[in-house]
Amino acid sequence: MKKYFRNFYKYRYLLYEIVRKNIKLQYRDSFLGILWTFLQPLLTTIVLVIVFGNLLGKDSSKVLNYPVYLLCGRLLYDFYSQSTKRAMRSIKNSASVIKKVYVPKYMYPLANVISTFVTFLISLIVLVLFVAYFMIFSPNKPNITPYVFLAFIPIGILFILCLGVGLILSTLEVFFKDIEYLYDVFCMLLFYVTPIVYSIEQLKLKNVWAMRIFMANPLYSIVHMFRDCVLFGQMININHLLYSLAFSLATLAVGIIIFAKKQDKFILHI
Amino acid sequence: MAQPAIKVENVSVLFNLNNEKIDNLKEYFIKLVTRKLHYNEFWALQDISFTIEKSDRVGVLGFNGAGKSTLLKVVSGVLKPTKGKVEVHGVIAPMLELGAGFDMNYSGRENIYLYGATMGYPRKYIQERYDEIVRFSELEKFIDVPVKNYSSGMKARLGFAIASAVEPEVLILDEVLSVGDAKFKKKSEQKIISMFDKGVTVLFVSHNTEQVRRICNKAIILDKGKLIAQGEVNEICDKYIELAAEKKK
Repeated sequence: MKKYFRNFYKYRYLLYEIVRKNIKLQYRDSFLGILWTFLQPLLTTIVLVIVFGNLLGKDSSKVLNYPVYLLCGRLLYDFYSQSTKRAMRSIKNSASVIKKVYVPKYMYPLANVISTFVTFLISLIVLVLFVAYFMIFSPNKPNITPYVFLAFIPIGILFILCLGVGLILSTLEVFFKDIEYLYDVFCMLLFYVTPIVYSIEQLKLKNVWAMRIFMANPLYSIVHMFRDCVLFGQMININHLLYSLAFSLATLAVGIIIFAKKQDKFILHI
Repeated sequence: MAQPAIKVENVSVLFNLNNEKIDNLKEYFIKLVTRKLHYNEFWALQDISFTIEKSDRVGVLGFNGAGKSTLLKVVSGVLKPTKGKVEVHGVIAPMLELGAGFDMNYSGRENIYLYGATMGYPRKYIQERYDEIVRFSELEKFIDVPVKNYSSGMKARLGFAIASAVEPEVLILDEVLSVGDAKFKKKSEQKIISMFDKGVTVLFVSHNTEQVRRICNKAIILDKGKLIAQGEVNEICDKYIELAAEKKK
């Protein structure tokens, strides 16, 4: 165990350099550069508000600030899908290094989740701007209370979840490239089963089981908690907290075990 | 007595030589059902044992497919041996393929730090050697150009400059001295020889016995995954030339 920590400590610069590289290269050669971290969620949210605002946001729009509601879900979902997809490809993309030099391989999925996390944190500025705008100009203001400072809890849990899923996917990707396509479809499905553009109450689910399936999605719990902090100004729901935390930690544990067991075989397949 | 720099004990490596790589589910299941998953196994290395003392320079000779590169991969920790174990004491700088740690979209300057970090060196440490690296690689004019626009010689020069500037304790060279023009070849050979004074341990793969004689003091011969000879460099090189002559017949 100690050996692993020492090894991580030795290669911490590598982690830093890969994170730095990912962020630097992401927007290199684009005209607006790092501005895209704000622009992209801003523009997609505007599109979604226009498309879904009238369809789904209607009956609750009187009590609810729909754009902020949507942006909360959207930002967290984007972080989830982008970080896991990047982590998934990270081992394959670093094949040239892994084949030639010894490096702790988990650095690649980890660094990809971290670099996406950094751009996610920057994109939260859009949320701050949205909230500020609606506080001033909108009749249904977001309810900002000291609970807003608890927002780090759902964000932290989401980070653990993404890292766990990323480790699992990066391992699978090495052996079965199909996972890439399957996961794309899965992410699209996830976008619609997670209450991002709608709220779960609107569905008026009668069936208990249908409800349970919706609730089983850890992303739902995380998004719910985040909205509690940022939009509704409430204490986060303890059940959501426990469930999503347990789910995320279990995923991370599974990810670490699978990755550790299979990493010596990576070189034969990439 | 100091510990040996590299200790290789009964190392064997098994490869599964499937004709194609299986990387999708359909193929996997077809092969699983038809039981073709494990056919064609092949030992790339068989029961190799040797010890390299500190500041020994060992040449690894062998014909194509003898397992030289596999051996270097095992020593540098990239590949885990199927059986046996490898102990290495000291910082290794692998030069298996120069420039393997580069990111093509990154400039030369940025890649210096990235490559350094890949070998486990902090940014500050590389910064102190930055000028030396750039001067040695002779890339002053191109250092801010993305590496994708470099020629292969330029990449190799940069890779060699970085790997030799970090003062490793164990240097692993896989035919790296065959890249670049004659002038750079000579320069890098001199650089390596200058590192001997600091007591660097070298593991050097080459087909060129002249070069091995110049650089190494000991040598080993691999043939079809087996260690068939080890000893003083001149003796082993003569033997290798003899073997090569026999094969030609």
